Amino acid sequence: MSLILSHVTLVPPGGTQPLFAPLDLTVAPGAVSTVMGASGIGKSSLLDFIGGHLPRGFVTTGGVTLDGIDLLPLPAEQRRVGMLFQDAHLFPHLSVGDNLAFGLGPDLRGKAARRAAVEQALERAGLAGFAARDPATLSGGQRTRVALMRALLARPRALLLDEPFARLDAALRAEIRGFVFEHVRRENIPALLVTHDAEDARAAQGPVVTL
Amino acid sequence: MAGRLVGLAVALGIGGPILAGLGFTLLAGFGWMPAIGQAGLGTAPWAAAFAAPGFATGLRLTLWTGLGATVLSLGLALALAQGMARDGGRRMRLIAPLLAVPHAALAIGLAFLIAPSGWIVRLVSPWATGWTTPPAFATTGDPAGLALILGLALKEVPFLMLITLAALSRVPVAAHMAAGRALGHSPASVWVRVIVPQLYPLIRLPVYVVLAFSLSVVDMALILGPSNPPTLSVWILRGYMAPDPAMALPASAAAVMQLGIVACGIGLWHLAERILARIGRAELRRGRRGGVLPQGAVRLAGALGAGLAGGSLLVLMLWSLAWRWPFPAALPETWSLRHWTGRGWGAATLETLWIGAAVVALCALLAIAWLEAEDRAGRRLPLTALVAAPLLIPQIGFLQGLNIAFLHLGLPPGRGTVIWAHLIFVFPYMLLALSGPWRALEPGLIRSAAALGAGPWRRLLAVKLPVLLRPILTAAAIGFSVSVAQYVPTLFMGAGRIATLTTEAVALSSSADRRVVGVYAVLQAILPLAAFMLAIAVPGALHRNRRALAGELTR
Repeated sequence: MSLILSHVTLVPPGGTQPLFAPLDLTVAPGAVSTVMGASGIGKSSLLDFIGGHLPRGFVTTGGVTLDGIDLLPLPAEQRRVGMLFQDAHLFPHLSVGDNLAFGLGPDLRGKAARRAAVEQALERAGLAGFAARDPATLSGGQRTRVALMRALLARPRALLLDEPFARLDAALRAEIRGFVFEHVRRENIPALLVTHDAEDARAAQGPVVTL
Repeated sequence: MAGRLVGLAVALGIGGPILAGLGFTLLAGFGWMPAIGQAGLGTAPWAAAFAAPGFATGLRLTLWTGLGATVLSLGLALALAQGMARDGGRRMRLIAPLLAVPHAALAIGLAFLIAPSGWIVRLVSPWATGWTTPPAFATTGDPAGLALILGLALKEVPFLMLITLAALSRVPVAAHMAAGRALGHSPASVWVRVIVPQLYPLIRLPVYVVLAFSLSVVDMALILGPSNPPTLSVWILRGYMAPDPAMALPASAAAVMQLGIVACGIGLWHLAERILARIGRAELRRGRRGGVLPQGAVRLAGALGAGLAGGSLLVLMLWSLAWRWPFPAALPETWSLRHWTGRGWGAATLETLWIGAAVVALCALLAIAWLEAEDRAGRRLPLTALVAAPLLIPQIGFLQGLNIAFLHLGLPPGRGTVIWAHLIFVFPYMLLALSGPWRALEPGLIRSAAALGAGPWRRLLAVKLPVLLRPILTAAAIGFSVSVAQYVPTLFMGAGRIATLTTEAVALSSSADRRVVGVYAVLQAILPLAAFMLAIAVPGALHRNRRALAGELTR
């Protein structure tokens, strides 16, 4: 039940050289692996490759499996790979609650049950009663917590973290980081973190790969 | 001070005529029109209008074609824009020229294409259909107005796509698409539930402009719409043009009704927006995430529309060069330049050019004065409503009243009044086209010029205008194409005596000789295209050694 990368290479559109040497990596459920490296080395492209968001024109080799399923032939929406970005990307036209409802899978039926699931997620994020709020009124830390809850409501089988703490100030950073990692462990899914910050890597307590 | 002067000019030049036109139309609608000896106020014109045969059918037809064309155009434009967004709008360049083609020219071409004796039937006859004479069904002027809806959609879909693509640059499409898909939504679902709701508020005003236009269009309805009973706008036109001047009274009552229909149409549309938003939100909470767009059908409709539009322009060209083209030959049997060498079209072309040049020059001056006054005042002029009004108020609803107002002022119908009327409709487009690049001009340039001792006039003449030459000429080309396309203002303000390519093409469109109509319609389409080519070529030549002016600095 792991996320397994084998011999992954990426060549950007118009490029001739792979961005990094062939990458092999296994992330166990509940663990957070960290990928580090200079900017422009292709850390975000790697996450886009795993999540299915790579723009056309990239030439790729290697394989990605999750729980033994080959991810690469699947479109992004069927991979069940959640993503957290540097920007929380909360949809500005939806309330906080509706942002969460957007992520909540269609298998949970019934108005009351769905609303309860949203409320419960908000409570876990320490944001009880925030359902009707405009996402634009949230602080940076609150936005990240809502984005994590939204991602988890979609019941992902793996989580990709693309520098989600980079814009938070130092004090908040440790707190939000702990919050995210704790949820990864509780959900028992593999997570892959991309970061510049050695402190992030240490806190993740998992294997560190430098591209 | 300068701001107040420009404000006054715009208020008098645009707001004044609209208010006067509305006022006199309203008075005539209630029976007060001393010029024809009618001075008793009452509701008799309304009764006369309602009692006219086919009037109720015409009303229904107006609502059906106007709302139908807008729903179809907006739906298709939004669906097609999803594909366009992916390749950064490069394919948009292919359909941009269609925007410059006047409605009347496209409508005539479409009629030549889809009529029972049109090109499509000729291409498949007699080998596939067995027809040796045109079949006896109505494809143009059909009683349900389907041809009119199709014609309107061919013009409005590219317009709305262009507007949508411009608005897309203000929405983080790629990021939200990735975020939405990572949550398990298909691209179509993310487009409908995340991107479109953010996009729509940015394109709402252009959508209302399309709706108002479709509910009150005259030239396209004359060419493609049913004639008996016609849509309300054509009924009004016939009333104003009737030999019996007393018919102007019920026509004015109907014109007031037309204003009401557009107002109600926009109100209804706004209500539908809110209801749809509600439904969408409820569906989202319930967890619906299926694709809503039949992708294949959308692509097919897009290809079909592009084919029809291209075919319309091509068939105009063919007819203008044909000598003998009997049914059901696929192509003319003999060709001739005779209709081009005959000088019938020369006078109308000159008139079109002259009016267009005068209108564009006046509007360019006014738009530059407006934007410069804003710069000097350091704030926006509070006249945005005045700019939107001419795009939302139906022309047929106030222009005959404006004619009466001009007569009261001692301004007889003629070239001057036509130019003034064109100005009302050209100015908004030119101001909108120029304001974006003007306000985006690198402020450092102006500050540097000021630091070098250049006063406001030198900054305007020696820095702003030369740097902004390309957008100014683009705005001028847009203004020129709007002027060329004007039908009702030219007809009413010229009292039928000012003959431009558009008035001639529409007048001839009901006649039999497609070759002559072809010449006028081709010219009508070519003039705006030529203006756009000039707008690209002139700065290209003047600035050939100034690479920075080719792009980013002025946009």
